[in-house]
Amino acid sequence: MTTQADVLVLLDHADDQTLRPQSLELLALGRGIGTVHAVWVVGGEPVAPPADVLTQVGEHGAAVLHAVGTGDAHPRLTPVVAEALAGLVTPSTRAVLLGSSFENKEVAARLGVLTGAGVMVDVASVELDGDALVAHKQVFAATWTSRCTAVTPVTVLAVKPHAVETEPVGSGTPDVVRHELDLSAAAAGVEVVERTERAPSDRPDLGAAQVVVVGGRGTEGDFGPLVELADVLGGAVGATRVATDEGWIDKDAQIGQTGVTVSPRLYIGAGVSGAVHHRGGMQASGVIVAVNTDADAPIFEIADLGIVGDLRTVLPQATQELRRRRG
Amino acid sequence: MCVKHVPDLMADRRLGPDGRVERDGGDGTLNELDENAVEAALVIAEEHDAEVVALTMGPDDAEDAVRRALQMGADQGVHVLDDALAGTDVFGTARVLAAAVRSIAADGPVDLVITGMASLDALTSMLPAALAAELGLPQLTLAVDVQVAGGAVQVRRDLDHATEVLRAPLPALVSVTDQANEPRYPAFAGIMAARKKPVRTLDLGDLGIDPAAVGAAGARTRVLTAEPRPPRTDRVLITDEGDAGVRLADFLAEHKLV
Ligand SMILES: Cc1cc2nc3c(=O)[nH]c(=O)nc-3n(C[C@H](O)[C@H](O)[C@H](O)COP(=O)(O)OP(=O)(O)OC[C@H]3O[C@@H](n4cnc5c(N)ncnc54)[C@H](O)[C@@H]3O)c2cc1C
Ligand SMILES: Nc1ncnc2c1ncn2[C@@H]1O[C@H](COP(=O)(O)O)[C@@H](O)[C@H]1O
Repeated sequence: MTTQADVLVLLDHADDQTLRPQSLELLALGRGIGTVHAVWVVGGEPVAPPADVLTQVGEHGAAVLHAVGTGDAHPRLTPVVAEALAGLVTPSTRAVLLGSSFENKEVAARLGVLTGAGVMVDVASVELDGDALVAHKQVFAATWTSRCTAVTPVTVLAVKPHAVETEPVGSGTPDVVRHELDLSAAAAGVEVVERTERAPSDRPDLGAAQVVVVGGRGTEGDFGPLVELADVLGGAVGATRVATDEGWIDKDAQIGQTGVTVSPRLYIGAGVSGAVHHRGGMQASGVIVAVNTDADAPIFEIADLGIVGDLRTVLPQATQELRRRRG
Repeated sequence: MCVKHVPDLMADRRLGPDGRVERDGGDGTLNELDENAVEAALVIAEEHDAEVVALTMGPDDAEDAVRRALQMGADQGVHVLDDALAGTDVFGTARVLAAAVRSIAADGPVDLVITGMASLDALTSMLPAALAAELGLPQLTLAVDVQVAGGAVQVRRDLDHATEVLRAPLPALVSVTDQANEPRYPAFAGIMAARKKPVRTLDLGDLGIDPAAVGAAGARTRVLTAEPRPPRTDRVLITDEGDAGVRLADFLAEHKLV
């Protein structure tokens, strides 16, 4: 590793300026690669994050925090964020890290076009092999694993949750550097007519949860038994597209190729058939449990524990038993 | 107005020894998610009396994807086909498709470029943004609703944490999700009509692209190793005999998941 290696880490935050938890994981990953430059993109003037965020970012290893103000342009537009990051890439930049959401994958793609960097998305973990930054990925609906590397001087990595453990490493706040973004006409071409951020729920975030309880058509619209089981396990509740299409649960709960990708330690699917589109978003889970009345349901092909039974009796019994043991 | 759609292929897939995606059989079809792009293009074209050009880059059988779009109702097809394209990454693909869009635009203005949200084989969802960047077009991605009026396009999209409405003047690039519409099924008449619709084949020379800049040699990332995940061993299937909930609790305890 060259001595002068800088890593840019995009800090994802909510509209109310709270830091999204995965940012700390990215800082931890960044520390392993080089000097961490955290990047905070906001509308208007380049205002630094609130003091508590700044402290947290410092504790997790950022040496510098770049506050980029996007002026009149909306700071959520991915072309705007990509230009904000591109403006911070210098000859000593080795890597750019960001969370692997749909939006950030666009940021990564545009950053690749702007800077010529090699880009890898949906990265499960990162390894430093001599001088090479190696990304581990799960591909083809998590039926294959691959190790990839970029041949370019700068590597952009969009990383999934849980790539690394986080822990505070020090104290002290990072040096704050302010930048005003000089935006290209193309990036400025989109207007945000409306934006409504959903209030965070008190449940763990689906994409990051360690336990996910998922309901499909077999719930017939009653997610009660799933919610109770998720509560006792401290997990999140997810769904198939059938369940979200029926309006039984919020759209963001959809797991699969066109929804959220999850890889929790424990996935419990109830009334879920295991269609290929759904599997694509959950097959990387650690342990898979399935409850289905149909012994031939395809989900049993990938379940560590398959239970042929009715979710309306099996789940409540499990919940009750877990509560009883807990006392 | 001219609407472009960029279909892709989907088939059984695996990673070959050289780290490239290998597809089984000649049974290529249109990437399912791109049917939503075709549908969106057709609806807009019907409303605005525009033409739909189906554009794809890929090997010989990628033409099936174009044919499918023509059967659904697209007016003509463009297929970028060149041996030097094997192994092209997303940035190469974006360059090639951008050059193809410009070449199509030489025959008449391109007002809207529409893509699917992801290739179901690669699922990176990077191409639309990279293509918009190459073309210098405003991008409105992951649309669940698309409206074109008064020289502007407006979309609604649902993101992980928020719902947004975006608007941009034409020309622009839009990607649509599978929630955007119900793709039509080609009617017999459509299938017959598609046979007579023109499909133009372009190679890198036609597009003025240096073969060294694309293909595997031009790719910015390399696959070092790839292997199928080991199958799950010790799988257990039980039938509920009144105690499956308790057995589930046992299983979780055994695996230290509670
Ligand atoms: C382009 C495209 C993208 C898609 N993307 C996604 C995606 O991202 N995510 C997704 O999930 N789907 C997606 N789908 C849909 C997907 O193909 C399936 O239709 C869907 O996943 C099936 O949902 P399901 O398992 O809830 O329903 P079903 O397939 O109908 O299965 C219901 C299951 O419940 C069982 N059951 C019934 N009653 C009970 C009971 N009392 N107790 C226990 N089990 C019971 C049945 O035996 C059955 O196996 C997509 C489809 C397309 C075409
Ligand atoms: N080779 C290609 N030819 C045409 N369109 C493509 C190609 N690759 C990707 N696309 C389009 O880009 C979208 C996103 O693909 P991807 O970024 O590969 O997940 C797809 O839905 C297609 O519309």
